[in-house]
Amino acid sequence: MSKKLSPAKKSDEAAGYNARQAHINARLGNDELIALYRDMMRIRRFEERCLRSYQQGKIGGFLHLYIGQESVAIGCVSVMGDDDHIITAYRDHGHGLAVGMGMNEMMAENYGKYTGCSKGKGGSMHYFDPSRNFWGGHGIVGGQIPLGVGLAYGLKYQGRKGACLAFMGDGAVNQGAVHESYNLAALWSLPVIFVIENNGYSMGTSQERSSAGPSLAQRAEGYGMNWDIVENGHDVLEVRDKVSQALKLAHEKSLPSILEIRTYRYRGHSVADPDTTYRHKNEIEEYKSTKDPLMVFQKAMLAEKVLTEEIIAKIDESARAEAETSAQFAEASPYPTVEDVQKDVYWEADNPADRKSQGTLFFN
Amino acid sequence: MPVITYREALRHAMDEELARDPNVVIMGEEVAQFNGAYKITEGLLAKYGPKRIVDTPISEAGFIGMGLGASMLGVRPVMELMFFSFYSVAFDQIFNNAANVRYMSGGLINCPIVLRGPANGGTNVGATHSHTPESIAAYHPGVKVVVPSTPVDAKGLLKSAIRDNDPVIFLENTLLYGESGEVPDGEHLVPLGSANILRHGKDISIIGHGRTIQLALKAADLLKEKQNIHAEVVDLRSIRPLDEETILASVRKTNRALYVEEAKPFCSVGAMVACLIQEKAFDHLDGPVKRLNSIDAPAIYSPPIEKLQLPTVDRIYQAALDTLK
Repeated sequence: MSKKLSPAKKSDEAAGYNARQAHINARLGNDELIALYRDMMRIRRFEERCLRSYQQGKIGGFLHLYIGQESVAIGCVSVMGDDDHIITAYRDHGHGLAVGMGMNEMMAENYGKYTGCSKGKGGSMHYFDPSRNFWGGHGIVGGQIPLGVGLAYGLKYQGRKGACLAFMGDGAVNQGAVHESYNLAALWSLPVIFVIENNGYSMGTSQERSSAGPSLAQRAEGYGMNWDIVENGHDVLEVRDKVSQALKLAHEKSLPSILEIRTYRYRGHSVADPDTTYRHKNEIEEYKSTKDPLMVFQKAMLAEKVLTEEIIAKIDESARAEAETSAQFAEASPYPTVEDVQKDVYWEADNPADRKSQGTLFFN
Repeated sequence: MPVITYREALRHAMDEELARDPNVVIMGEEVAQFNGAYKITEGLLAKYGPKRIVDTPISEAGFIGMGLGASMLGVRPVMELMFFSFYSVAFDQIFNNAANVRYMSGGLINCPIVLRGPANGGTNVGATHSHTPESIAAYHPGVKVVVPSTPVDAKGLLKSAIRDNDPVIFLENTLLYGESGEVPDGEHLVPLGSANILRHGKDISIIGHGRTIQLALKAADLLKEKQNIHAEVVDLRSIRPLDEETILASVRKTNRALYVEEAKPFCSVGAMVACLIQEKAFDHLDGPVKRLNSIDAPAIYSPPIEKLQLPTVDRIYQAALDTLK
């Protein structure tokens, strides 16, 4: 029943697997390739600007940066169609930018401003943009995965096209809700792809200290689901290839699958994590110097002459400027008011003309 | 008007809403082939088929979260919890997701989902299966909480709950499923947040919700018969939204208030209502607001003793006399 999506994976390199030659990538034009680079760079620069704002005391609470993982969100979202949906956990800035949210509304949300994507009510962990089929931004580890299955169920129930990409980190795979979701998705053949962004650490606990079994994706076999591993998650083209195969299964056969994407984060679990207790600086430096998603793609595209030093500089400058502008926008924006605290709680309270119920909804 | 049971009233509500709105789907453990663990959904599978009436695995966090995700797309899932006590294994989905998604998205997303099932003790199933979580549920802004005590309200409130654009927690009672009453055929809606005066009186307001307020009617009979005391009996029907006006108007008339409910006393709905009364009708009170709850311990199994742990007609009668002292 269950099988690996690409059974030849272990001999990929021996067989001369080249993600650039994969069907989904071979036809990419220069503009599209440049866009992939630009979109990853926009995430990097946005995140760096977020960090600065956090250090300046402009952002409260937690800040989970996506630096190092840019190829995952961009690779996945770049192969999604207009009918596809996406939901993720709290490290959600990359996904937000990937689906087309603006830096302004995202940074303003981080600042707790009314111009934020959730009017300052959700914060960094809770971005939403249902107009772009982006259903959050969820704070509890693994808690969003049943919702992702529900989105797939809803699509199927309503006879709509499309699938749902339900993202989680490697720390989420041991939550009961995730396993319940696997079972429901497989039981009812729902068009959902469980994307595990495996950055190696669930907060400060490494995979070998938290998760039993040979791989996180292979747990799919217990549920009769297809699965695969993207070993080179830093390669945006390999991500695209594997995700598009999983999407094809979901679109054409309404079959779920688990895709584990091996990636790495450069910063701590959140900015509050001093990142000194559970891994060595060398490990981070090693990854940065050999597998940085931006660097690897830049090199390849320079070699293909798709990118030039001039284009790279321009993209970088533009991304920095966009991020800087977003910080200025956030700074200049108003906070929500105390009166806003009780809005957006109940649909009925916000739509009094259509209210059917009576009585008191709020008690102060 | 036809006389039907509380169970049939719930079924009629779902049947009518299934027929009215193709987005309504019934889900839960044993709701389809088994015809419902308590036969609430009996016959619906035969009528609507497996797409609309869906048996789920025993997997509350999974299927409630799934229903919630589908509701974000406009599906209106009515999820049966075989015992509402099982809400605790789906707590995160209900109170982090259902209650908060609209808020955290700045009002961009609605979750029109109904979670329904029996939430009561008195059936000798022990503490794990006998929870009464109405105050825990109503504590969470973002969800609505309804507790019907009669067949006519069971139908009218469930139909309103299914049409509501906010998540509704709908708490039933297995001991009421077989109770009968007059229920209109066809369209019958009871708005959430409207209390119902079951009996008018001038001497004391007995306020409460769920099955206990039905017991209060019998206590009111005794009060009249033995003491010539005329009790007003007020059934809240809905906990959140709450019909404060009806509560306060009754207390202003009778000047005495007793709250009766099956839940345990700490931070119960009665505690909330007592607080509201002292705050908003203090000058009308001739004595302290009293409360009658189950005896404050986990639900005991022992069948004859469990009956006594719950509020009884005699205890309500006695509590009313104490309130009038």
